[in-house]
Amino acid sequence: MLKDALRRLRKEPLALAGLFLLLLFFLVAPLAPVLSPFSPLEQNISASLTAPGSSYWLGTDKLGRDLFSRMLYGARISVFVGLAVVTLAGTFGTLVGLVAGYRRGWLDETMMRVTDIFFAFPGLILAMAIAGALGPSLRNALIAVAVVLWPVYARLVRGQVLVLREREFVQAAQAIGVGHWGVILRHLLPNVLGPLLVQASFDMGATILTVAGLSFIGFGAQPPTPEWGVMISEGRNYITTQWWLTAVPAGAILLFVAAFNLVGDGLRDLLDPRLRR
Amino acid sequence: MFRFIFRRLLGLVFVLFGVSIFTFAITQLVPVDPAASALGANAREEQIQAYRQELGLDRPAWEQYLIYVGRVLGGDLGQSIRTRRPVAADLWDFFPATLELSLAALLVATFVGIPLGLLAALRRNHWLDGVSRLIALVGGSMPIFYVGLLGLGFFYRQLRWLPGGGRIDATLKPPPDITGLFTIDALLAGNWPLFQNAVWHLILPALTLGYFSAAILLRITRSSMLEVLAQDYVRTARAKGLSERMVVMRHIFKNALPPVLTTVGITFGGLLSGAVLTETVFTWPGLGRYATTSVSNLDLPAVMGVTLIAAVIYPIVNTLVDIGYSFVDPRIRVE
Repeated sequence: MLKDALRRLRKEPLALAGLFLLLLFFLVAPLAPVLSPFSPLEQNISASLTAPGSSYWLGTDKLGRDLFSRMLYGARISVFVGLAVVTLAGTFGTLVGLVAGYRRGWLDETMMRVTDIFFAFPGLILAMAIAGALGPSLRNALIAVAVVLWPVYARLVRGQVLVLREREFVQAAQAIGVGHWGVILRHLLPNVLGPLLVQASFDMGATILTVAGLSFIGFGAQPPTPEWGVMISEGRNYITTQWWLTAVPAGAILLFVAAFNLVGDGLRDLLDPRLRR
Repeated sequence: MFRFIFRRLLGLVFVLFGVSIFTFAITQLVPVDPAASALGANAREEQIQAYRQELGLDRPAWEQYLIYVGRVLGGDLGQSIRTRRPVAADLWDFFPATLELSLAALLVATFVGIPLGLLAALRRNHWLDGVSRLIALVGGSMPIFYVGLLGLGFFYRQLRWLPGGGRIDATLKPPPDITGLFTIDALLAGNWPLFQNAVWHLILPALTLGYFSAAILLRITRSSMLEVLAQDYVRTARAKGLSERMVVMRHIFKNALPPVLTTVGITFGGLLSGAVLTETVFTWPGLGRYATTSVSNLDLPAVMGVTLIAAVIYPIVNTLVDIGYSFVDPRIRVE
């Protein structure tokens, strides 16, 4: 099956390009300290606002910090941000969805009404209120975005489980006496992993965008952290004169998020044959 | 029909109740004393205590919540610590700016996203399709605040074609308040130059905010069209000799529309989130900017008010869309 998926993936150049970009980012992120020519915080006022060139590949900001190094460290932060939020929200939401869909009845009804409440809030406003209340920091922004995100997984998984639980293999497992958790973890969970993976791919991108947005308005990572949203905020007054200050982090966000979206699209097409056109 | 509407409305009441609890709970997370932070570092302990009492912060949480709900039901959202005005009055002043911006953005999204999606589907794998998909991909992956900053830098600072922020020039007087939407009010007052000025100020923020939603609509329209294009009745329509125009408008577009319309509804909620960033970039005096300033100043009554209102708008719009749908499509009622 994996072989088949890879063969089909080869016919999807866009998804393949996305996958390649993702691998690049995931490779570069942990290696940031090795690959960076400078420390991301090291200031060199005499080289302030240098244009991209041979000494500073992507230029420097107003404090003379090397943008290439800051971009690499920013990748490390964004990879961590995406993974942390999606893992937190995905695990909790999946658990809620599995239990709600499997047990049905009042438990399901209550849990779904709770997700309704979360869906009522515009994501960024809720995240901002939580992040602001907890105090602005990258950690709190992550918690805030995870709180906003988990109901998506609860809904998705519950919908899948409602269908799966009527299928013969689940009823057969129940009939031979497999316990509730056995059915949930061994028979239902593996069958919802596909759609979960697609959703997670899109959400990694969306989370990176949201956290960058929170940092941009001051409720996420704080300067001088080399976070991409912070970098755009710091460079905003130089957008027409020293364009690289904002273009470098914005370009990095665009590529990284687009990569997740392309891979998400590709995965969805692979898993859902009806969409394959 | 009535049962359907009743059930939807009952669900709405439950959601709003939950929203009020959750909004209140957020303010309980704050690690600092809002009374102390409002009075500043020089306040004496007695002053802080007195202010805590005035704000009701000395009571147990559940009691504070009940008082809060009682007040909210009476239309009182408390007083903003920062502006020293009733929060409801603040929100009333800031809301029309966000509404005007969101409606303009929705207009941009609809008139850019749907036609492009249509074209992309009809010219599948043509270069037009490629361009449309690229627009959608970039729109869904680009930070909205960078798009805004770029627009400002280019069209305002560099070319001086468009204004740099705000709803109208600072030297102009706002139109008489009828709807709160400056463009409409200026027209109603017959003030043509003011209308032009308001539209001028609206262009960049609306394009910025609308681009993101246009990308979503483009994708949905394209995939929905492609699905319908593969249907047998489309082949039949062509086979019986209908003109291509007729086939596209009557048979394809009409049947591809429902998911697109649903997305327009959902997009409206997303616009409120986008408005936070867009309004910050364009110093647009709307709910988003009010929310940002309130959160950074730990102005709790204002934060609660704006979060509550934001969370009330979305489910109400959704419920209305659902009820509207059930009139159009009877199948929804049965489900």
